[in-house]
Amino acid sequence: MERIAILQMGEFLLVTIQVDMHDRLAMTLQDDLTNRISQTHANGVLIDISALEIVDSFIGRILGNIAKMSRVMDAETVVVGMQPAVAITLVELGLSLTGIRTALNVEKGMALLRSSIGEPANAQAIATKWDAEDDAED
Amino acid sequence: MQKIEEMDIQSSADVVLVRQAVRQFAIEVGFGLVDQTKIVTAASELARNTLDYGGGGTVKLETLQEGGRRGLRLTFEDQGPGIADIEMALKDGFTTGGGLGMGLGGAKRLANEFEIESVVGEGTRVIVVRWR
Repeated sequence: MERIAILQMGEFLLVTIQVDMHDRLAMTLQDDLTNRISQTHANGVLIDISALEIVDSFIGRILGNIAKMSRVMDAETVVVGMQPAVAITLVELGLSLTGIRTALNVEKGMALLRSSIGEPANAQAIATKWDAEDDAED
Repeated sequence: MQKIEEMDIQSSADVVLVRQAVRQFAIEVGFGLVDQTKIVTAASELARNTLDYGGGGTVKLETLQEGGRRGLRLTFEDQGPGIADIEMALKDGFTTGGGLGMGLGGAKRLANEFEIESVVGEGTRVIVVRWR
């Protein structure tokens, strides 16, 4: 069965989407990633979408689901490398990708992951952010 | 010279093929990268609707020439259950499936012209046009 490779790099999982994904392939990625987070105890997931020529509402939903699920499993997700034309189209489509952290490229994404989970000092910051988000929902 | 192609939409792999064909047509019409991305994204949303809600159907791709301008028209048709309340279906966030409910309204925003006809029990036809 066709699959998208998930690489492990220390405490992070790395995914580079290089094909025009059909919907079932995207769902498989979502399931595979959740399983791998649980198996490897990874605390960060980096998804490189620089080769994706479009992000429609379905792919947007999958990316959002991955971010939510990984957060529940104590891992942060960062999506990197969105092409400018894709970003422009996403906004017009009406998708804001709320809850998904993004960075311009893999290097910046890795730095973001490291800073958000690396130092213990940041655990407090994340906890505070969580409280703030919870409050906002009330 | 006008170019026309008709494709079946019966599986999620067909949705990918539709995206690729629309991209090819958009390039031939001379769309820039942003316009290509917009029409391909709209096509992806509508092809998925045809598959998921219409139970499969067809899409017709046509290049257009009107005066000095060129464009691309996509006509999606299915013989599915139809849409009872089109106004509601166009609202962001409304969905009867498992999606985000952005597909139809989003596709409308990504196109220059948008037309939808639906008869309950007979099917749905959606036409989008994007001009260069």
